[in-house]
Amino acid sequence: MSRTALLVLAGGRFPAGDHAHSGGVEAAVAARAVHDSATLYAFCRGRLHTAGLTAAALAAAAAAGHDPLVLDEAADARTPAPALRATARKLGRQLLRAARAAWPCEALERLARDLPGGAHQPVVLGVAAHAAGLTASDAAHVAAFGHVAGPATAAVRLLGLDPFDATAVLARLCDDVDAVAHQAADAAGRVAGEGAGVLPAASSPLLDITAEQHAAWPMRLFAS
Amino acid sequence: MHLDHTHDGSGAVSADARRPDGTRRALRIGLGGPVGSGKTATVAALCRTLRDRYALAVVTNDIYTREDADFLLREAVLPPERITAVETGACPHTAIRDDISANLEAVEDLEDRLGPLDLILVESGGDNLTATFSKGLVDTQIFVIDVSSGDDIPRKGGPGITTADLLVVNKTDLAPHVGADLTTMASDAARRRGDLPVAFTSLTGDDGVRPVADWVLERLTVWHHGTARPEPATATP
Ligand SMILES: Nc1nc2c(ncn2[C@@H]2O[C@H](COP(=O)(O)OP(=O)(O)OP(=O)(O)O)[C@@H](O)[C@H]2O)c(=O)[nH]1
Ligand SMILES: [Mg+2]
Repeated sequence: MSRTALLVLAGGRFPAGDHAHSGGVEAAVAARAVHDSATLYAFCRGRLHTAGLTAAALAAAAAAGHDPLVLDEAADARTPAPALRATARKLGRQLLRAARAAWPCEALERLARDLPGGAHQPVVLGVAAHAAGLTASDAAHVAAFGHVAGPATAAVRLLGLDPFDATAVLARLCDDVDAVAHQAADAAGRVAGEGAGVLPAASSPLLDITAEQHAAWPMRLFAS
Repeated sequence: MHLDHTHDGSGAVSADARRPDGTRRALRIGLGGPVGSGKTATVAALCRTLRDRYALAVVTNDIYTREDADFLLREAVLPPERITAVETGACPHTAIRDDISANLEAVEDLEDRLGPLDLILVESGGDNLTATFSKGLVDTQIFVIDVSSGDDIPRKGGPGITTADLLVVNKTDLAPHVGADLTTMASDAARRRGDLPVAFTSLTGDDGVRPVADWVLERLTVWHHGTARPEPATATP
């Protein structure tokens, strides 16, 4: 196993389409809920412990080798907002493309064949992490961190926020990200005995609602 | 690990010249250049000139709106199902160069939905002089500048000016009004670009896009020569 593979997969330059998505922060900025680094921190922390935890557990379970088709259904069940389902599948397709180029293997090809419309991004992330020789815990960390890094980057562009401040927000969230990743990997460890229903189903209703509203905006900088 | 694998099966990974079913895909031409230089106008004119003979589709990369896609729809240069807008998250050059996944998906999706196409035009969101397309996304690219942003732009250079397969200097009709010296622009461009071609256009005139259309037709001929499908996809037997 290569530690560096984790850096490749988690790096902000991994070309999987995330740069066009704000993780809900564009809607939050428009609502004036996020306007400085303190409110960005609060937003990221909320997203991490809700959608982030759910995604991290799905990614960990997929990286542990559980059936991606079952996990994809579990992801659907945990994603009530149609706009966020569409986004998750789109990002899943895009991540799959990058992962197939980076770590070509039968598991990724099979995923592309079985779900041509795209699997949920966390599921693809888990399969990709496994293909890269990474662990379930690694996959959970990448998913959890992605849930805060995306909004932080988007906030820099949307608010002209000082990029050092935004990076400091991420640094302050490290312990939270670790805790969420551990919780997620624990849950994934119980899937073999208890089924995918054991995976956390935390969600943030406000993120769901504003995602639907954002998808209908005629003018926006980010796709979601 | 697994380095022996080849990309067959479902979906191409990148710029593979063949579609998953083995047929050769459409030629992809990127159009980049600064804001307002005439990229959309060029795309519209190319569609009008070529659409009767070739199967075309367009991908736009709007920065903040669906402005370009909506313009093309309003002008009815192609049926709506042939025009796709990609959202670029405040970073148009990222979407055509560093992370091309959304654009690749858009071009592939057009071919999957519409059947074999001859040509897909990918318009970048208006950007700066350094924005160029990845070879993973397009086969060849056009950089569009215009005379009214200053006749020193070719001299300034940058990857778009120096390396694009075709440099278009548009809005020549405005040159007298903005004091742009077309001769200087031509010689600066030649100095920057060596043998690479430069076209001067005015899209306000009749058939003003002709020099660009002729270049595109040449590219199409070359592309079709590399294929098992020498006839235009629209040609009726
Ligand atoms: N006079 C003149 N105007 C032109 C010409 N070509 C385009 N225009 C006008 O220039 C303006 C910008 O043209 P677009 O085609 O929208 O430019 P663009 O490069 O697509 O712009 P962005 O997508 O916003 O970067 C429009 O008002 C066009 O009508 C030309 O050859 N001469
Ligand atoms: Mg345009």
